[in-house]
Amino acid sequence: MMNTVDVLEAFKPYRGDALVVPGRGGRHWVPMTDNEGLDAPMGDPAMGGHAGFGFGLALARPERKVILFDSEGDILMSLGMMVTIAEQKPLNFYHFLLDNECYATTGGQPVPNAKNVDYAAIAKGAGYPKALAYTEIEDLKNDLPGILENPGPIFVALKVYPEVQNEAIGSRRPWQTRTRTEVIQDLRGEFGPA
Amino acid sequence: MDDVAVAVLSPEAVLDEMRKNDVTDVVWLPDSETNWLFLLMQAEPSLRLVGVSREGHACSIAAGLYSGGRTPIILIQNTGMMESGDSIRGWLMSLEIPVVLMVGYRGYTRHGVNKDTAATYTERFLNAFNLSYYLVEGDADAPRISIAFEEAERTKKPVVVLIADEFHGFNR
Repeated sequence: MMNTVDVLEAFKPYRGDALVVPGRGGRHWVPMTDNEGLDAPMGDPAMGGHAGFGFGLALARPERKVILFDSEGDILMSLGMMVTIAEQKPLNFYHFLLDNECYATTGGQPVPNAKNVDYAAIAKGAGYPKALAYTEIEDLKNDLPGILENPGPIFVALKVYPEVQNEAIGSRRPWQTRTRTEVIQDLRGEFGPA
Repeated sequence: MDDVAVAVLSPEAVLDEMRKNDVTDVVWLPDSETNWLFLLMQAEPSLRLVGVSREGHACSIAAGLYSGGRTPIILIQNTGMMESGDSIRGWLMSLEIPVVLMVGYRGYTRHGVNKDTAATYTERFLNAFNLSYYLVEGDADAPRISIAFEEAERTKKPVVVLIADEFHGFNR
């Protein structure tokens, strides 16, 4: 098992000018990023959509790598999305999955069949040309440069410790520094019409 | 007036509207009667077709495409639109994505007796979500598609075009 913050710290040196969709790792990524204008910390507009958003961004900007930190709860809602991604084969898309085996933001209830799902196998079966799985941070650190040097789409499943939230939603401290619409506007400002 | 004579929407007219509005990507899932449009879109070099396996997926994909500077359109059926409620809310409305959704109006009978609950709830769904929409039955209505694009851009909201003829005679 890994800590999400360690995963993001390990990735950070290789970010370059990639677009980053930090998904549920956003609360760790936002304080550590050094290029906020190329980040898309969306929070949770509607569960299950992070993969689609990152994928759409990758299709729109083929000249940039797009790094998505998805979660298993999200992708379970949209397994069919993997088929669409595999069909389009965006060479610039790197699909990391933070698998904490639970719905952490609702108190830590397990996702269905939490401990027995092989997400890398699902990705491979959906047609991703490459799918990997890691449980230890050192293994990930060793392989990360190679993963990001290869063409996408690449799927990387990561077992992470849950960071369970039990307090009422209204009393949680927001980690976002921009609204979602500001994030969209900033991205549009960065690129303009494609 | 002969309803049949006026209610013909050609796929060419729909494609022309897409070209006119500089659509770059069609995020779509086939509906009952759109195969002729599919064949035309496939042959259109300015369009990329992104097929989805569930309609809600189209919303976050379109949001990502728009964020990267593209002009996507969503092409789905009313049944799938209703299935996609939370994705429309979260990934389109709350993010202020000015995208046009072309929605096949399955079950629409014009002035007839409706026998399909897909049609029964379509406009009620749109009204519940406070989504603006335009009805397109035939080629004469096709310019409403451009009106939808203009409204989406002006209001920064998704706008729906209900395709109520389904291209080659669903109601005839």
